[in-house]
Amino acid sequence: MTLSNSTEEVAVNPKLERAAQRRQSWRGFLTAVPAYAYLIFFFVLPLFIVFVFSFASRSRTGRPELENWNVDGWTGLTDPVVRTIVGRSLWIATLNTVFCLVIGYAFAYWIATRPKQSTRTILLILVLIPFWSNFLVRTYAWRMLLDSDGYITQLGEMTGLWGRMLFTEPAVFLGLLYGYLPFMVLPLYAAIERIDWSLVEAGRDLYASGTKAFLKITLPLSKPGIIAGSILVFIPSLGAYVTPDILGGAKTTLLGNYIVTQFGAARNWPFGSALSGAILIVMLGATIIYFRTGARTI
Amino acid sequence: MTVQQAGARRSRMDRWLSFNGWFVFAFLYLPILVVIVFSFSGAGNVGVWGGFSLRWYERMAGNEQLLATLRNTLWVALWSTIIATVLGTAAALAIDRYKRWVGRGTFDAVLYLPVIIPDVTMAVMLLLWFTQIGLPLGRPSIILAHIAFNISFVAIVVRARLAHMDPSMEEAAADLYATRWQTFRRVTLPLIMPGVLGGALLALTLSLDDVVITSFVQGPGSTTLPVHVFGLIRRSVTPEINAVSTLMVVASMILVFASLAIQRRGDN
Repeated sequence: MTLSNSTEEVAVNPKLERAAQRRQSWRGFLTAVPAYAYLIFFFVLPLFIVFVFSFASRSRTGRPELENWNVDGWTGLTDPVVRTIVGRSLWIATLNTVFCLVIGYAFAYWIATRPKQSTRTILLILVLIPFWSNFLVRTYAWRMLLDSDGYITQLGEMTGLWGRMLFTEPAVFLGLLYGYLPFMVLPLYAAIERIDWSLVEAGRDLYASGTKAFLKITLPLSKPGIIAGSILVFIPSLGAYVTPDILGGAKTTLLGNYIVTQFGAARNWPFGSALSGAILIVMLGATIIYFRTGARTI
Repeated sequence: MTVQQAGARRSRMDRWLSFNGWFVFAFLYLPILVVIVFSFSGAGNVGVWGGFSLRWYERMAGNEQLLATLRNTLWVALWSTIIATVLGTAAALAIDRYKRWVGRGTFDAVLYLPVIIPDVTMAVMLLLWFTQIGLPLGRPSIILAHIAFNISFVAIVVRARLAHMDPSMEEAAADLYATRWQTFRRVTLPLIMPGVLGGALLALTLSLDDVVITSFVQGPGSTTLPVHVFGLIRRSVTPEINAVSTLMVVASMILVFASLAIQRRGDN
């Protein structure tokens, strides 16, 4: 242990050693307690209450009531309208994850293989700045670009390839790709930069082709980054709200918008809770994968 | 394949990668640039250049409602950052410096969740919880919600710092009969300070920028600037929104840059 003091260092006798260890673990626990208690009270318990509310009932005015428990919220998920929305959300989230992965991999690989450390640092900082910057404004920018007189629309009309995309599915997709691409690049970069390139050279020396060396050596070694990046893109895309709200229209409602509607105009909290609960289950599953497969990169 | 052929192939690959790289950078930055440029346009219509003008900034500065939401935003961001930084730093120390204690694994996982959870889901959770425990919605509830997601981000940044730190410094202090508190105050804290400050600036940015969670847990009169702007954007696109957006995005980019610079400086 790093914070051992002098009394612990002379502990040669196993009993003293154990006592020191116990003290040490007690200190760790005490250091964590404030944050731990805070997160239990303002994150874990709220997470559970979503599931409680998903079985609640509604009064005639739409107020949620914690009595007359029922599964209406969950059976509502099989409704054809809801199935369409869930299907669309899953589809867009998957498509976004795949695109982010392909573009992000080439991008992260490029940064990670720049020979100078200072170049890599600068390029990485340039990715991180938009990564953490105001998401709302970044989405708003696309609303300007994709509107009738926006530059992207003008470019499309000039080349005759596309028209006004605003309020359609491609617009939502573009917005999500733009918003979440850096989330993919960061863990991929962390994984690729750690690769021992002498392994790839050894493969090449043994007459592996470039493609084969990549598929058999580089790609498997960057797996932790691929898993972590995919989770970081897929889960938030699945529950995206701001992007489809600003760039999408009535025909591009995603799960996130639908949930907000349940807590707003529709006043159906139990159903909204069931929808949120479904996302939470996917998220908890992804978290288990993240910790079990050693995908830890952030 | 001859050496020349292999070399040619590699450089072709490299050219393609560079092209993709610069394309992605353009993709990331050009849209932001468009917003910034048009905020200085005198035209009343977005997307049409009407000559350089500061009229939208002047109008913004006179907008009382906007300024009120800005005050809320700063107040919330200040308090949530201070509290989240203290809690997040302690959390990082507990996980990185003490390897065995009851609940460490669970705590590690719980700390990770606020990073990946979709905003909407967290917003729903906290709204239900605050309603259930009878907490009135307003500035305090927004601050409590922001702390809940910011603890994790501070902890991540501080842990990255701790991972690079040489533990022998702390051992040396202990060998010289420094008490635990002295060791922390004089050795550990100064060494992790870049991480703590970097984490705090990141928390500040995230708090200043949050839209979805705030819009769920806000009360009458406690609306923040991004939530207000979100409402405006949903209705229409105006040059005045460009001006506010420019201020918000430039502020957050500067904060992020400062955060990264402080973390890097500490590394060298």
